[in-house]
Amino acid sequence: MANAGTVETTYLGAIREALQEEMRADDSVFLLGEDIGAYGGAFKLTEGFLDEFGPDRVIDTPISEAAIVGAAIGAAHMGLKPVAEMQFIDFIAPAFDMIVNFAAKSRYRTGIGAGLVIRGPCGAGARSGPFHSQSVESYFANVSGLKMVAPARAYDAKGLLRAAIRDPDPVLFFEHKFLYRRIKEDLPTDEEVFVPLGQARTHREGSDLTIVTYGAMLYKSTDAADRIAREDGSEVEIIDLRTLRPLDTEAIVESVKRTGRLLIVHEAPRFGGFAGEITAQVCEEAFEWLDAPIRRVTAIDTPVPYAPTLEDYYLPGEDDIVAAARWLLAY
Amino acid sequence: MHALYRLLWLTRALEERLETIFKQGHVVGGLYRSLGQEATAVGCGYALANGDWIAPSIRDLGALLARGVHPRDVLRQYTARGTSLCAGKDNTNHFTVPAMGILGPISPLGTQLCVLNGVALSFRTRREPHVCFTFQGDGASRTGTSHEGLAMAAALNLPIVVVLQHNRWAFGTPSTAEAAVEDWADVAGAYGVPAVTVDGNDVLQVYDAAAQAIARARAGDGMTIIVAETYRMLGHAQHDAQKYVPDEELSEWKDHDPIQSFADYLVAFGFESGSSLEHIRADVAAELDEATDEVLVEAYPAAEEARTRVYGDPMLDADVPWTRRPVPGYEGLVRGRPAANLEGA
Repeated sequence: MANAGTVETTYLGAIREALQEEMRADDSVFLLGEDIGAYGGAFKLTEGFLDEFGPDRVIDTPISEAAIVGAAIGAAHMGLKPVAEMQFIDFIAPAFDMIVNFAAKSRYRTGIGAGLVIRGPCGAGARSGPFHSQSVESYFANVSGLKMVAPARAYDAKGLLRAAIRDPDPVLFFEHKFLYRRIKEDLPTDEEVFVPLGQARTHREGSDLTIVTYGAMLYKSTDAADRIAREDGSEVEIIDLRTLRPLDTEAIVESVKRTGRLLIVHEAPRFGGFAGEITAQVCEEAFEWLDAPIRRVTAIDTPVPYAPTLEDYYLPGEDDIVAAARWLLAY
Repeated sequence: MHALYRLLWLTRALEERLETIFKQGHVVGGLYRSLGQEATAVGCGYALANGDWIAPSIRDLGALLARGVHPRDVLRQYTARGTSLCAGKDNTNHFTVPAMGILGPISPLGTQLCVLNGVALSFRTRREPHVCFTFQGDGASRTGTSHEGLAMAAALNLPIVVVLQHNRWAFGTPSTAEAAVEDWADVAGAYGVPAVTVDGNDVLQVYDAAAQAIARARAGDGMTIIVAETYRMLGHAQHDAQKYVPDEELSEWKDHDPIQSFADYLVAFGFESGSSLEHIRADVAAELDEATDEVLVEAYPAAEEARTRVYGDPMLDADVPWTRRPVPGYEGLVRGRPAANLEGA
């Protein structure tokens, strides 16, 4: 039930609203991607956009992710604000060269930035197999010049996408497809929803253990924390990173210094994942405050499998998080 | 005619100057020359108007000079000066200068065309009458991004002209080993756009073809591919002695030198005389002497500039490595723990 001054909005609807609001406010914002115009997008996220904004601002392209990102870079050089859609974020791979070598390095090399957004649905849990389920953030983690955003809440999806569109640098915006229609929040209608990039958020306060997470794992982490509070009486603090680069190390370190215990939870596989980087940073910044080893709960190091049994095994679950948290709390 | 010859000669003389300072050790990285291909670059660059954009490949120095890039800035790029257009962060002609309508290449080939499509898209969106112009060697044209870029430019009917330089060699591999194409104009059929083939070593033929293709793009009729038949007279870069090239092939193309042919034409038809051409060459030499003297005394960028300009916000500059910061004293540590922390525990 929506309160006065709010309206119930899905995670997908929030992204849609962010695009609409930015496009209405600024003629230089435009969309390009596969099937986003006449068809309205694979997830119907841009349905009606072609009618409202016309073919110059909602551009259906060939199935050419490199060419899509390339055109976004060139348009950004000319002062336009492109939002390129990857129909599934897995398909960002053919555009890797354009992102890593052209977009990310442009400002550093030439002084000319490439303010663009590449957004698309990521994540597993929807029984979509190896090529419609990946979490790709680690592929790009080592590339300076890129920003990366992975919202968990509808509010953040809307506010961060608006910030991403206004940002002067290339932003990869990872929308978790499992959340698209499952997450509904009352979003304010009488105030602007805007969330600056680079700021983590304390989702749940606690004094005994810090969980750092992002994306869909926020919900499993919250369920785990509630269960531990109920069954064990311990209070888990949850930091939702929201932005992965730039990483809000300060917020993580501040929390760890209070709780002395850190668990990092992400859906991407373990090897070379963000949890490794966060672990290293906390060891460098707050080793003396730790009362236990840092632990990770992540997907297993395999491609994303298709069968429900396999995919459920692949993904970190609430039980994994509870087990890791109990291990840490007992240490 | 005068201006065209000057640009052709400037291109060659500047590259020769670069080679000289390369041998003297002033060039930090590799040196890539366009010997034998100058006419294609100059003829195309000369055909563009203000507001148009050009995306040169590494062998299109002449096009950049035709667009007004100063030789000084080219010297600064190769010598990694802090004053260079890339502030010492990238080399060769990898600079992008929006005010001059220049989109620099990057080393992965074919990518530049994809980006140029976005520039062309902005012209279309804003109803501006400008066109985009780019170059690819036969080697670059084999990349996936090249095919994607051509396909999108054609599908969206963008105002673009693509010069496909059939220069016979992609590093050490002949174009016959890279493609089953005999007539390179045939590739245009795959994209549904027209192609025109020119003698890439004839600057006037190149200019005419470029001017027509530009007019076609400006009129909203879309992309044209110009196939320039030419030849890479030197190895891929200074470090490549091109031992893989048959001698007779080289000498055959030497007889078809684009600059000497144009000079002969200018004199034969009375546009220039031997002495007026000599005057141009002396003038170019003086300009290059002055530019070289100026650039060689300039410095590399300050070392800590390596951290900067990664993002638009200087707050996001890379951290100073902790090993290069003042190291805190170890006196306060008890078995590695700061005494203050133990007190608080």
